[in-house]
Amino acid sequence: MPAAADRGPALRLEGVRRAFRAGGRVVTALDGIDAVAARGDVIGLIGPDGAGKTTLMRLIAGLLRLDAGRIEVLGIEVARDPLAVQARLGYMPQRFGLYEDLSVGENLDLYADLQDVPRASRPDRYAQLLTMTGLGPFRSRIAGQLSGGMKQKLGLACTLIRPPEVLLLDEPTVGVDPVSRRELWQIIGHLTRDNGTTVLFSTAYLDEAERCDTVLLIHEGRLLGHGSPGAFTAEMAGRSYFATAAIGRRLLQARLAAAPGVIDAVIQAGHVRVVAESTAPLDAATLVAGAPDLRLAPTAPRFEDAFVARLRPASAGRRAAAQAASPAPTSASPPAPAGGAVIEVTHLTRRFGAFTAVKDVNFAVAGGEIFGLLGANGAGKSTTFRMLCGLLPPSSGGLRVAGFDLRTAAAPARGRIGYMAQKFSLYADLSVRHNLRFFSSVYGLAGAAQRRRIEWAVAEFELASMLDATARDLPLGFKQRLALACALMHEPRILFLDEPTSGVDPLARREFWRRINGLAAAGVTVLVTTHFMEEAEYCDRLAIMAQGEILVEGTPDAIKRAAVRADRPDPTMEDAFIAVVEAATAAAAAGAAA
Amino acid sequence: MKPAPSRVLALMRKEFLQIGRDPSALAIAFVMPMILLLLFGYGVSLDARNVRLAIVVERPDALTAEFTAEFDHSAYFRARRFLDIQQAERAMATDKVDGIIWLRADFTRRFDAGAGAPIGVIINGVDANTARIVEGYVQQVWAGWLAARAHAAGRGPQPSLAVTAEVRFNRSVSSRNFLIPGLIAMIMTLTGALLTALVIAREWERGTMEALMVTRVRIREILLAKLVPYFVLGMGGMAMSVALAVYLFGVPLRGGIAVLAATSALFMLAALGMGLLISGVARNQFVAGQIAIIATFLPAFLLSGFVFDIESMPAVVRLITHVVAARYFVAILQSLFLAGDIWPVILPNAAALALMAAIFLGLARATARKRLD
Amino acid sequence: MGRQVLALIQKELLAILRDARSRMVLIGPPLIQLMVFGYAASFDLNHVPVAIYDQDASRASAELVHRFTGSPTVTVEAMLHSGRRIDRLIDSRRVKLVLVIDRRFSRNLLTGRPARVQLIVDGRNSNTALVTEGYANTILGDFSAAWASAHGGPAPAAVLDLRTRYNPSLASRWFIVPGIVALLTQVVTLLVVALSVAREREMGTFDQLLVTPLRQIDILLGKGIPGVLIGVLEATAIILAAVFWFHVPLRGGLAPLYAGLMLFVIAVTGVGLAISALSATQQQALLGAFLFMVPSIILSGFATPIANMPAAVQWLTYVNPMRYFLIIVRGVFLQGAGFGELAPQFWPMAAIGLVTLAAAGWLFRKRVV
Repeated sequence: MPAAADRGPALRLEGVRRAFRAGGRVVTALDGIDAVAARGDVIGLIGPDGAGKTTLMRLIAGLLRLDAGRIEVLGIEVARDPLAVQARLGYMPQRFGLYEDLSVGENLDLYADLQDVPRASRPDRYAQLLTMTGLGPFRSRIAGQLSGGMKQKLGLACTLIRPPEVLLLDEPTVGVDPVSRRELWQIIGHLTRDNGTTVLFSTAYLDEAERCDTVLLIHEGRLLGHGSPGAFTAEMAGRSYFATAAIGRRLLQARLAAAPGVIDAVIQAGHVRVVAESTAPLDAATLVAGAPDLRLAPTAPRFEDAFVARLRPASAGRRAAAQAASPAPTSASPPAPAGGAVIEVTHLTRRFGAFTAVKDVNFAVAGGEIFGLLGANGAGKSTTFRMLCGLLPPSSGGLRVAGFDLRTAAAPARGRIGYMAQKFSLYADLSVRHNLRFFSSVYGLAGAAQRRRIEWAVAEFELASMLDATARDLPLGFKQRLALACALMHEPRILFLDEPTSGVDPLARREFWRRINGLAAAGVTVLVTTHFMEEAEYCDRLAIMAQGEILVEGTPDAIKRAAVRADRPDPTMEDAFIAVVEAATAAAAAGAAA
Repeated sequence: MKPAPSRVLALMRKEFLQIGRDPSALAIAFVMPMILLLLFGYGVSLDARNVRLAIVVERPDALTAEFTAEFDHSAYFRARRFLDIQQAERAMATDKVDGIIWLRADFTRRFDAGAGAPIGVIINGVDANTARIVEGYVQQVWAGWLAARAHAAGRGPQPSLAVTAEVRFNRSVSSRNFLIPGLIAMIMTLTGALLTALVIAREWERGTMEALMVTRVRIREILLAKLVPYFVLGMGGMAMSVALAVYLFGVPLRGGIAVLAATSALFMLAALGMGLLISGVARNQFVAGQIAIIATFLPAFLLSGFVFDIESMPAVVRLITHVVAARYFVAILQSLFLAGDIWPVILPNAAALALMAAIFLGLARATARKRLD
Repeated sequence: MGRQVLALIQKELLAILRDARSRMVLIGPPLIQLMVFGYAASFDLNHVPVAIYDQDASRASAELVHRFTGSPTVTVEAMLHSGRRIDRLIDSRRVKLVLVIDRRFSRNLLTGRPARVQLIVDGRNSNTALVTEGYANTILGDFSAAWASAHGGPAPAAVLDLRTRYNPSLASRWFIVPGIVALLTQVVTLLVVALSVAREREMGTFDQLLVTPLRQIDILLGKGIPGVLIGVLEATAIILAAVFWFHVPLRGGLAPLYAGLMLFVIAVTGVGLAISALSATQQQALLGAFLFMVPSIILSGFATPIANMPAAVQWLTYVNPMRYFLIIVRGVFLQGAGFGELAPQFWPMAAIGLVTLAAAGWLFRKRVV
């Protein structure tokens, strides 16, 4: 039990430094982090993949040694007495730390024993946790057979079995569907309110920052900002607008992103969200050529605006160069009119044994369109996707890609598609140059044509500085660019992108979408899967999938409109998604009851 | 602070549940030993039996028939007749026969003259070991035939030696009796070191080790909870292997079961210590498997005296064998199975095992940290 | 075929050579195994420890003892003066053999009666026991012949004229080292090939390959040819080591050796590709490779003769490519064998290669489509 005398904040970080040796090089994971967090707060540890979030979590939990600095948890110095700290905190690592071959009940028993929870108090505690997490009916199910969201909740229940004073959650929302995500936040709210628990929550989703009391924003091992989310957004006041114009939304976004005085332009909620360099008002009439009817409506700043504003100055030079090198979006013609379907899917079904992964899926994608498949992990979007690329034969149903039936003419169809797999599947041991050369050769390029195409890729994707680096050692954003370059070597007419931006920082994500928009504008058909709700807004049309079925299909605006309710006049994509999934679940339940 | 029994018990229970549900652990502990025992029991034999022999008799008569019949009746040979030496030599060159007995045309004449009639023996020396054994067999047949003839002819015995050989412990000189006890040491190395290293590496891979480390559990409790279940599993595999050896392959077990159990326990501890040490270094199953095979299994296979006699190795290699725990266990096992409770063999080797177990377990404990770096 | 496959081969070789782990597989284990097998794996016995209990203590027995002390194959560790220590010496493995010379040894010799000697052998290591007994018998035989000629007795009517072909000094190393050529070529080729597809599956690049216009056969060739190249290279390195480091005579021509090697490597590559096609992860591929490798080595005749195995097991060895290549490599090295003698070994390997490659191609299609 906590000593009565202990005071001090929940967490105090002073000059925290930690470096790792990787392949002969020293990589600084954290560099001089200072922060203090009050008890009972929800502290968001926010930053893209590779920012140092996990390292910081492990340092706080006493699992790693500090190179320099000092960490105190509840007034106890971690380095001096890790056991005392560990007795009072709970830590859920990534992938939740569950024994997947043990059942739900056995996992709970194990952690109860390890945390010395008295036997007498267990039934009550279990009941409480199982109710809270909704796992009650699944007590004897093997943990490995739970869905991502249920695993996450079981992991949480195991860490909460003896109520910790400080709870560390490392990326608990990765790969989890929006419904489970929302439930997790409800549990966290409950914990801080009723038990006064301090929660440190790491995430790469910037929109989750707004639910925290305090935010530690880290990027490449450095603390970019520290304060309440309100403080972050407050400094952005008067700099955010929604822009509308008669020209296409993607074209408008591309032009706005390149406009002077604008540091960020993204598509959001059916508009283009613009963030200005300063609070000086933007002149709508002259901001963008070719859009005299441009209207700018001020809107409330959000956390991501602040994040981008903080990062942009550092990378402004690179961005300018990128804009200059890329001819694509600004000069391209508007999207090609829908001239017949390029991808046609009819009654597509795929079964694995008794399990139906994809159930009677139908859709069609027109030339030059960006079509999104949106859904949580396990919704069936990857299976659909693999069938479209010819990687998996369908159990039944029809598939036509670029006019070819994939069952009979896979090879000619494959010559017309570009494919970018999840996790940037490059040859990690080969250099950037070798990867480019290999993929261009495999697609039949040779001689001068091959040389020209590689030169184009190096220029377009800014790969020159890393040409001889081994692909494994590239930063994530670089890998993503290289993967896209490799998929484009043969100038495909159709581009398949599987979760192309997961884990990439927001700036790299913007750059990526700028390129995709450019390609679509040039007539390339793009099919993309994503679990980022906001990215769905870049699509012309999208389909929401759950449990192997398409629940709804349409333009982003239409899907959101369908979710409008009295208490939610302007729903976000996430609201719409949750509404669709809940409606489907309710319908299924009603069907089962009837 | 003493380890808290409730936490250790909880971890052990978890380990047993996992073993029960994960077929790969049971496969390494029980199926692999079975396959290895069957393979070695049936597939590997150093005895030269069924030696393929070519017999060339240039002028057959009663004497040559009597001599060559000795080879036909021997259990060691499968004799075939060839018409001339060229044919026989060709058969040897194409690996159809292992040796040639060649009686020239003047054999009977020179024999009767008592003039040391030469019996040509040509042996394929490619497999040196088999060749040496075949040589010995041929010598025995020859000496036996000569003695029998002298006796039958009623001629006074030649001034010769009467050699009686007594092979202790393994009267039939069967290589199976010699290989299978040694094989049990290999099997225990596999379950002890490889399985333990793999299982802990898997906890690192899946992130459960990280979750364990931030609970109140102490590092020595984690080690203890790994040690006990795999000790039990290893001893189970051992018991199965011994039963197979005795009941399926008929290898005699002349020593006491208690001594066997006690020395096996010592070796198991040493093997588990190695497994724990490896798992401290290797945090994924691929690396753990490779280190375990290179650092424990291969030396146990080659440098323990299991197949190859340690004494015929060069001095440097012989020196290295002293740090191979399996060496001591193989010596104990071969004596226990074939000879009995030979204390002069068991005691020093058991002491060496105890020392190695203490060193490995001590090192594993000293290097284990409740930290990720 | 053509350029695309070439690009695939080039990529494959680059990937193997640039990856530290793959390089290790190519260099580490072969080096260790070559050294260990070359030096440690030997059935040759020198200086076998023996003890002698001479109950006679005559001039004749002293002469026999002298023959034992003078022999390079045995070392006399102890001269016993009573029978009590015999058991202890044998039991504790201090000596492998005890020679007991009978009390009436010289009397019997001089009167022309059989003089009795007894050999007590430790049978725990059956092989050592047989060889040791053989050594002792040779020494005793030499003694007996010398005694006969010195004392005017009749020479035996028939004598053995013993010759050993191909390996006159009966060095195990001449047998083992050429075997390592087969062993290591198999290990390395199998690992490289079996892991290559599994590694791509794990990293996700295999999907990337499959969406390119490469055909099934292109991928098969692109994956198989690097394995063959590496296998032949590895074998060449070991052949060089065998000839120049271990001084094993290479009596035959390189043409039959390399023809056999090519067929062998192709057969092993087929097996490796089939394993690769069946496994989803490197772990599984590794396990599959071991599951094939261990029986294949044990049942190849590498260390123990196939003729000693039970008939059913001998049948099994006919589908083992290593069985055939071992005969080829030893035949060429020690026997100077040419195509004529080795023909029966060539075609089974070619058949195995065809079957396994076809199976691998079929399995690729099954897993992939």
